[in-house]
Parts: sequence; structure tokens; C-alpha cells
Amino acid sequence: MHIVDRRLNPGSKSLENRQRFLRRAKALVKSAVKKSSEGRDIKDVLEGGEVSIPLDGMDEPRFRREGGTRDMVLPGNKKFIEGDMLPRSGEGRGRASDPGEGDSEDAFRFVLSRDEFVDLFLDDLELPDLAKRKLAEAEGEGIHRAGYATSGSPANISVSRTTRLALARRVALRRPRPEQIAELEAQLADCGEERRPALLAEIEALKAKFRRIPFIDPIDIRYRRFETLPKPVAQAVMFCLMDVSGSMTEHMKDLAKRFYMLLYVFLKRRYRHVEIVFIRHTDRAEEVDEETFFHGPASGGTLVSSALQAMHDIVRSRFRPADWNIYAAQASDGDNSSSDGEVAGRLLTEMILPVSQFFAYLEVGESGGSTFDMSDSSLWSLYERLRASGAPLSMRKVSDRSEIFPVFHDLFHRRGKQEKIAP
Amino acid sequence: MTAAAERLFEGADWDFPTLQRIHDACEEIARSELGLDVYPNQIEVITAEQMLDAYSSVGMPLFYKHWSFGKHFAFQEASYRKGFSGLAYEIVINSSPCISYLMEENTATMQALVIAHAAFGHNHFFKNNYLFRQWTDADGILDYLDFAKGYVAQCEERHGRLAVEQTLDAAHALMSHGIDRYPGKKKLDLRAEEKRAGERRQHAEAAFNDLWRTVPTGPVKSEALLNSERRRQMLGLPQENLLYFLEKAAPRLKPWQRELLRIVRHIAQYFYPQSQTKVMNEGTATYVHYRIMTRLHEQGRISDGNFLEFLQSHTNVVFQPDFDDRRFSGFNPYALGFAMMQDIERIVRAPDDEDREWFPEIAGTGDPMAVLRNVWANYRDESFISQFLSPRLMRQMRMFHLHDDPEITAGIRVDAIHDARGYRRIRRELARQYDVGYIDPNIEVVDVDLAGDRRLMLRHAVIKGARLNETDARRVLQHLADLWSYDVSLVEVDAANNALKEYIVNPRGFAAAA
Repeated sequence: MHIVDRRLNPGSKSLENRQRFLRRAKALVKSAVKKSSEGRDIKDVLEGGEVSIPLDGMDEPRFRREGGTRDMVLPGNKKFIEGDMLPRSGEGRGRASDPGEGDSEDAFRFVLSRDEFVDLFLDDLELPDLAKRKLAEAEGEGIHRAGYATSGSPANISVSRTTRLALARRVALRRPRPEQIAELEAQLADCGEERRPALLAEIEALKAKFRRIPFIDPIDIRYRRFETLPKPVAQAVMFCLMDVSGSMTEHMKDLAKRFYMLLYVFLKRRYRHVEIVFIRHTDRAEEVDEETFFHGPASGGTLVSSALQAMHDIVRSRFRPADWNIYAAQASDGDNSSSDGEVAGRLLTEMILPVSQFFAYLEVGESGGSTFDMSDSSLWSLYERLRASGAPLSMRKVSDRSEIFPVFHDLFHRRGKQEKIAP
Repeated sequence: MTAAAERLFEGADWDFPTLQRIHDACEEIARSELGLDVYPNQIEVITAEQMLDAYSSVGMPLFYKHWSFGKHFAFQEASYRKGFSGLAYEIVINSSPCISYLMEENTATMQALVIAHAAFGHNHFFKNNYLFRQWTDADGILDYLDFAKGYVAQCEERHGRLAVEQTLDAAHALMSHGIDRYPGKKKLDLRAEEKRAGERRQHAEAAFNDLWRTVPTGPVKSEALLNSERRRQMLGLPQENLLYFLEKAAPRLKPWQRELLRIVRHIAQYFYPQSQTKVMNEGTATYVHYRIMTRLHEQGRISDGNFLEFLQSHTNVVFQPDFDDRRFSGFNPYALGFAMMQDIERIVRAPDDEDREWFPEIAGTGDPMAVLRNVWANYRDESFISQFLSPRLMRQMRMFHLHDDPEITAGIRVDAIHDARGYRRIRRELARQYDVGYIDPNIEVVDVDLAGDRRLMLRHAVIKGARLNETDARRVLQHLADLWSYDVSLVEVDAANNALKEYIVNPRGFAAAA
């Protein structure tokens, strides 16, 4: 008999089958993911979890029979005698029918991992302005340690590794230690005449060996090895600009928050490192932490240009556009003082847009109102004008929580492919 | 009291030497006292996750890749994670060496139970039952699966994943009809054919009598009839093994597609005996583990506490809920099988008059193991039940027979109960529930319109008015038509040969394009 311990074998043997299944059921799973994410907080969106898909596209048909007269033998008779008639229950299908694979399961439930969930959730979304991103990707080059080498520049000698090898070699070849020779020489000093030649010869031999075997040999030397590897600019900064003047209600802030979170999740998936900068403004702008951004009280007038100016300053001082992918999303109820339009427009087109990958403007409205009858605000009409003259701006109006994802999806969906697929 | 033999283990912990000791102790009892004959054992310890993996590839250690296995895996995993279903304690594979998977979570008692159950009970059954001997090749199965896995992967590389997937989807849909139910007649090779023709001629010459010429013969068969008979003979029709027929006769399949059909067919054939011997297989294994564990306890090699633990899980395994119980889902093969094996033992050892009347051949012969070994080797569920279900057991389980005819509006009739009038009827009906001839729809290829539009004609012989589920039938036929690449028709006929319904399906044409 053999006993084999398989526990250490690599797990997830079924992973490939599972991926095939997901690929096949992609359309179904995707809509299930959408549906299940609607009911969740955006914070939990990343968590993965159970979805159920209709069995339709995924069935494995077999010839099955149904109906007809059926005979069955059952255990546990209590009071029946031959010839009794039992009333049918329900729809004539007795209880002993086989729970076959087919009709009995109307939906197929299973658990998606976190990564699978987010992938499917954001599947047909794509970052805008990929050209610039690719350009940036090629730029950086990093180096990282890659073990030891027998050749290299003297600056890279690894002392500890070299001495370790030298010590091993000296021990192996039995190189005499200096103390050993000194001890013999001490004996030589006060020994009898008859022992002297033997000791002399021994000391001579030891010294010869000592010279022959060097303390450090060239074969001991090791160099630290480095490899260069192209490092993509895997970092992005996300600017959240929000109007916090008195006209912004909690509901509006909540809408903005949801949009920012989606953007964060989305960027996080593409970039290893994502920084967030929160800038809130009334008639003057300040950079704040998240807590203050969403909940801190503030009051005053509204000057959009102040926030744009602040963003521009921060970009200049901390985020070099060559190293960072810059994304900005602005949320506002659309109020702006009429004199500010000119300045804001110029700041945006000349300073902000040229360095940003993407700039979205989200106009949030009161919960009751439909997005269609929100009249164009001063900010909206300003941005509309800029866009008409060619500025790469994305703008949408939102007034209800459920619209956030569709709007987000709309902003980022893969346009090129979409057109190709559509006949 | 005799000095207790050394305990195999204490408490719940085990390590590999413990498994070895348990195995050796079981083997001694299995060979000397039960006279079992088993394949060499290989015991593999696996984790829960690996058990789930094994589930999704029908328990086999290696299998080709297909999305449907991923689907089963996802389903099993979800229901396991939520605690809807536990995992099996073991999986055993009909191969030589016989591989049993043990879960690492099992306690030492459970490992002993599982080793006795799988490594000896199932193992003996696999090696000795006539169905397994006839239809499966225990030595070759793992190599064959390895080949299949490699071949499918290679095809995907060469012909594209989509084409392979479509072919496998179609083959899987027909899997239950890719089985030879009877060992086929070997086709004669040319030399043998020639020899036979020569013998026939010689006989004709030796027995020549001119008078035969004058004897009137029956009406001459028309040319058309002769042609169709000849065509059907050439194609080997009628043929119930649809996959075999497609593999050999489908006009436009590529060679690799034929090989894929062959692989699916072989695997279906390998599992065919298991579906026919559920009750016997589990009954055998349960009986064997019960005997071995009891003996180990008598020898003092298992402590009382551990034996109680064993009894508890044994009782769970052989629990049979009544028909009106919420937990009822048909006969539990473990319960029925174990009860019948024990009943046979009783009949052999201590029969009463009724047993003598019902089972004259085995009643009182005194050697239950000899009788049981013979039963295990030569029966399948259907024949086993129809031969060995005793009136006493029917009374014990209080079996009754319901006849549900939709024509009778008054309700479902109780046709027989456990009384003198009912025993034989109940036994016949229960045996029929396990007869694959009744379980699987009887569908066969009857003809091909070679001269016309190459339509493939199938026939479903309807038994007791049970027709095919229409949606599923259409889907399967669609797959069939895709493989055949011309129209396919299926006629459902009743016993009097009246057509009840006809399906006609056109191919989607991927096979030609692939």
C-alpha cells in the first residue's frame, strides 16, 4: 500500500475550468454583477460575493423523459392498503420525481472572488486619453536586485558574501592560521636541540602553505547583481473638487462622494498607486482631508476659479505631469458668481486641461428633481461653451443615487470597440 | 477477559504510521475473514479544496478542461461555503492501484471507517463485479485520461478553443447515449469472412440437390427494400449508441472531432457500470466497513469511545427516512444495500420457513461470505433486487407500490403493500426502478436517407407514455444535427408503433466551418 500526501500539491486545479465557465457566461454574469452591485454600498462594491445567473445559456441538455404513467415503490407505509386511492397533491407530479438538473433550479448561484467581481464590474470601461498614458509608460526605468554575479564593477562587491566564500575555502583547504605558526615559533624558542630541525621544517611547511593559499582569492569575489526593468508610470493622482457652499445639500454631497468612490475603484484597478487630493471651495479653496471634505461645515460665496487655481498650484508643486497621470472630477450644484466665469474658463483651458488625462464635471441636483428638467446653471453653460470650442471635458447631470453608475459607465465605456461591435 | 490487542490509535489524531497500521489491520480481516480480493491500495490524503476540485472532475484525478466542470465547481463551492452541503469523507477511483482520497479533516476513527469502506469494500466490488470487469479497464483508465487531457489540449491549440468546445458540448449532450449496453459482436476480418464463405460454398456443394430449385419461395423482395436493408446493415443500424454512430458515420466530421467523440464515449462507458450498481456498490462497501470495524472493536484494537463514534456516523449513513418525511428523497442506496446484505447474511445463517421457501438455494448454507462474494460478483442492482429482496425486509421497511396514471383522475392508486399478495409485485417494481433499460429513454438511430437529403432518422420508443421533455430534446437534437451536419429527425412512437410527435432539426453548420 502507498500513502501519498497530496495536501501540498498546488491547489485550484479547477481554476482554468472556472475561468472558462466565467468566460462563457460572461454576459450573464456581468448583468448579474450589475444587479447585485446596485443593492450595495459603493464601499462594498469591491468585496466580491454571490451572484446568481439564469441557467438558460449555461444548461447542459440531456434527453429527459417526463409524464406518462409512473410506478414507484416507497418505504414507510403507515396505513395504506392495496387499492387505496390517494388524492394528487399540486400539479400531478408526485413527490418522488427525480430532482433533475433541469427545471428544478431556475437560477444558478455561485460565489465570485473580489478580483473577478471588480473585473466584471468595470469590464467594458476604459480610461480616456490612452495615448498619453502609453507615452508615459515607456519612460521610467527602475533597477532591482537580482542575486549575485562573479563579475561586475568593484563598487558592487558584496563584502559579506565574498568573505563567507573565502572563509569556506580557507577552511576546506586547511590554510594554517597565524596563531598556529606563532605557537610553533614559541615552542621553537625554548625547545631542545634534537627537536629543532623537525619544528623548523614544520614551520617552513606551514608558512609555505600560508603563502600559497591566499586569504581572499579572486574566485571568492562576488558582486551584487542588478537588473534594470522598465517601470511604467503606475501612479495616478485624483483631484476631487467640490463646491461646499451653503447651496450644496447633504444629498448632493452624497452623490458626489459616490462618484468619487467609483472613480477611485476604477483608477485603483489600473494604477498601482493612486493618490487623492481633496479640494473644497467656497469663494476660496483649500486642500483638506477626506473627513472635512465631505462633512466639514463651510459657508460663503462661490468662486470656482479658486479651486482650479488651487489644483493648478498643487500640480505644479507636487505632481509632475510627466510622472503622474492626473484625473480630476469636479462636483457642484452649478452656482458660480457671474464675474468668475471668464477666469475659470481661462484657467481650465490653459492650465488644467493640458496636463490632465481626464476632467469630469458632475452637476448634482436635488433628489426629487429629474435630470431632464434641471435648467442649465451658470457653470454648466460655461463648460458647455468651452466644450463646444473643443476642450476635452466630460460633463453629466445627476440627481439620484441610482444614476451614478450609469453616468460613470457612460463616461468611461469603451467607445472605439462599442462602435465596432454594433453592426 | 483476554488481553486486549494493541490499540491502533487513541483519540482523534492520526498520522501516516497510524493510517498504515489501520490499513494493515483492515487488510488482515478483509483477506482472512471476509475473503476479499482487492486491487493494491493507494491512499491519498487531500484537503477540502482538493476535494472540491475532485468533485468537479467527476472524482477523477485528472481530466480534460471544459467549462461545464467549472460550472459544477462553482456550484459545489458555493453550496459548500454556505454550509448547504458537506463534503464526502472519501472518493474512490476504480483503477489499479485503487486510489482512495481521504480528507485531512477526518478523525482517526473516520479514517479507519473510510479505509475499510473504500479501500476494501468498493475496491473488492470494482475488481470482482462482472459489469466492471466487462466494461472498465482499471489498469488503463488513468493513462487513458492522461491521453485524453493531452489530446483535448492539443486540439485546442491546433483547431481553436471554440471549435473544440462546441464539439465537446455536443458530445456531452449525447453522453448518456454514447454507451454500448451489450458487448458487441466482433466484426469478422476479411480472411475470416472468406473462410466462412468458402465453408458455406462447400456445404452447398456437398448438400446439393436439384430438387431445392423447384421448391416455391416466398414473395420476392423488392429492389428498394433490399437496398434499404443492405444500407442499414452497412451502417450497423439500428444503433442505440449515438456517439459511436456519429464517430463512425457522420459524413463531415474532422478526424480530431471523431477522436473527441470517442474520448467522451469511452469515459461514459467507464462510468456506465457505476450507475447500474449504486445500491450494490454502496451496500457492499457499507457491509464490509461494518464487519471490519466491528471485528477491530472485538479484537480490542479500537476503543469503546471510538467505536461509538463509528456507530454514530454509520447510523447516519444508513438512515432511511420514510416517504412522508421532509428529508425523503428516494431510497438511500447505502440503507437499502446494507439492509439487503445483512438480510442475506441472516438467511444464510439462520433462515426461517419463509426464507427457505423464497430462497431455497442459499437458505441455511452456512457460509454467508461465500454467498455474498458470489452476489457481489454476478449481479447488478436490478437483478440483485429482483432476486434477493426478501419479504421480511419489505415488511421491515414497510414498502408499498404506487401507481400514478394521469388518466385516473381519482388519484394515485396504492397497487401493492407488504403482504402476501404484494411481495412479488413490489419486488418487481423496485427492481425496475433500478433498471437502466427503464431509466434512460430508449432512443436509436434507425435510418439515414442516403439517396435523398442525408437526413438522420431517430426513434424514441415511448414506454408507459413518458415522452421527452421538449426544450431539452430540441437542444440535444440541435447538438446532434451540428455533428451530423445535415437534418436530423426524431420520431416518438408508442408500443403500437403510432407516431406521437416528430422533431426535425437543421444543423447550425459550425462543424463544417470549424
